[in-house]
Amino acid sequence: MKQFLYFIRKEFYHLLRDRRTLFILFGMPVTQILIFGFALTNEVKNSRIAILDNSKDEATKTIIHQLEASRYFDIVEYLHSYAELEPTFQEGKIRLAVVFPEQFQASLLHTNAAPIQLIADATDPNVANTLTNYASAIIMDYQSAMKETQDFPYTITTELRMLYNPQLKGSYNFVPGVMAMVLMLVGAMMTSISIVREKELGTMEVILASPIVPINVIIAKMVPYLLLSMVNIASILLLSVFVLDVPINGSLSLLVFECFLFTLTALALGLLISSISDSQQVAMLVSLMGLFLPTIMFSGFMFPVENMPIPLQVLSNLVPAKWFYYIVKDVMIKGTGLETVWKETLILFGMLIFLLTISIKKFKVRLE
Amino acid sequence: MKNGLAISVSDLTKRFGDFTAVDAITFDVKKGEIFGFLGANGAGKTTAMRMLCGLSLPTSGKAIVAGFDLYKESEKIKKSIGYMSQKFSLYEDLTIRENNRFYGGIYGLTDRQIKDKTSFMLEHLKLESQADTLVKALPLGWKQKLSFSVSMIHDPQIVFLDEPTGGVDPVTRREFWTMIYEAAHRGTTVFVTTHYMDEAEYCDRVSIMVDGKIEAMDKPAELSKQFNAKGMAEVFVQLARKAKRSDN
Repeated sequence: MKQFLYFIRKEFYHLLRDRRTLFILFGMPVTQILIFGFALTNEVKNSRIAILDNSKDEATKTIIHQLEASRYFDIVEYLHSYAELEPTFQEGKIRLAVVFPEQFQASLLHTNAAPIQLIADATDPNVANTLTNYASAIIMDYQSAMKETQDFPYTITTELRMLYNPQLKGSYNFVPGVMAMVLMLVGAMMTSISIVREKELGTMEVILASPIVPINVIIAKMVPYLLLSMVNIASILLLSVFVLDVPINGSLSLLVFECFLFTLTALALGLLISSISDSQQVAMLVSLMGLFLPTIMFSGFMFPVENMPIPLQVLSNLVPAKWFYYIVKDVMIKGTGLETVWKETLILFGMLIFLLTISIKKFKVRLE
Repeated sequence: MKNGLAISVSDLTKRFGDFTAVDAITFDVKKGEIFGFLGANGAGKTTAMRMLCGLSLPTSGKAIVAGFDLYKESEKIKKSIGYMSQKFSLYEDLTIRENNRFYGGIYGLTDRQIKDKTSFMLEHLKLESQADTLVKALPLGWKQKLSFSVSMIHDPQIVFLDEPTGGVDPVTRREFWTMIYEAAHRGTTVFVTTHYMDEAEYCDRVSIMVDGKIEAMDKPAELSKQFNAKGMAEVFVQLARKAKRSDN
């Protein structure tokens, strides 16, 4: 036991003296949350649009006002002819153009139908989609308002309700994702590097020639990174709640428990990587390619897993981050409890036991 | 230890696939002896030493180290030996004191013992003023002497030194060997590999390995006589020329 404490103390010296790495490890979650929160967002705000109003009547003016009033759009150009459309798009001045035909109000009143053309720059298809959706929604609003004042025989209105995230904030989606990413990176990559470093330096040889119990070496390596990960979880959650206004709707202790479980899984993975790599570069490459990329691609936080081909969907089940991501979304955003995430929790637990078993078995007590 | 033997090895063999790194070596090392373990690069010295330290499992053969069986009592062996590897094995981002505390700690020394050992060592190496300096700031010669002292922190019965003076200047090598003599004088058996033939002359007995086999073993002076050579360097060259394999 005492041996073990000496070992942990040494690990802390390593960690605390490597100021640069330490700074990155603590800084990474903070910057990632802030970057995702404020810079990399798929919400579309203040998009530049142009209006081509061939009608210039009461109805078009109202719709234009409503477009202008929304925070999604900035009207930067009022065009006068179709011919001006293409050049304006080509110069990159606008992402969307709203075109009203001649006699808009008149045909609306007399035939109950009037087309509005939305032309979007689809070089970025997602943005184009989002913009046309926003614009359609605003036009629908106008239509339904009109229908209330004028007595139409048939009125069908759709009412949308966005559950759990009424403002459609991107942060609700990426906070769980960033948590998975950071914990995976700190846990797996740093542990594997720190073990492989000792192999590289030759100190592992001397340690293995001493009477220390090998499992203690492993556990002592994990302790500092476990603590570090817990600090990171705290900073991510604090930033999410107080800076990004993402609520923790479920039980905090359940959330922390799940984070703990996932961190242990990451540490076990790191251990496994360290037993198959001989140099720090290999350990780093394996962690990045084998863990970090799958975490980003298959956890569902950047790309929806349901849309992937079946083989990839099957593959995604092997990625611990996918289950963790489900759990965090459920507990944090939907506010559900263990009764809905017990299955995912069990899967993570099973992965942890499996990984620990093989990595402890593989940890070489002898050198070759 | 029974019959005054620190190490007793018979037919010890290590194969990696169909490559026989160590081929049925047999030798004894007496208690308190300085035993030089020589051989060209790739002759199998390090592999043999690793087996004796419990870092590598032999393919076949027998070995008793510090009175314990290599196969059944490797944990007891590990408590009784010190090991200084070819690579520098102290932590560069720890101070001298912290390295001592760590290595003393994993060998189960009490805080009191570690403290006493540390101050004795610092005084002996005249490094008192550097006790709280990070090891990476020290010159190589000091590091090697320090490394040796740390491998002796738990007063082992046998100390294994794998090319301890590689890359060290002649004056420091001289000082290093003084430390080895002092250790042997206190009763520690020293098992040392080296490529410096002047160092081989300092040993009580040497063995010379060629292609995994021990080709010669005796006192340095006897070997010179036997091979009709002026010194160990000539003996070594005569034997090493026969080698079919090398690592380059």
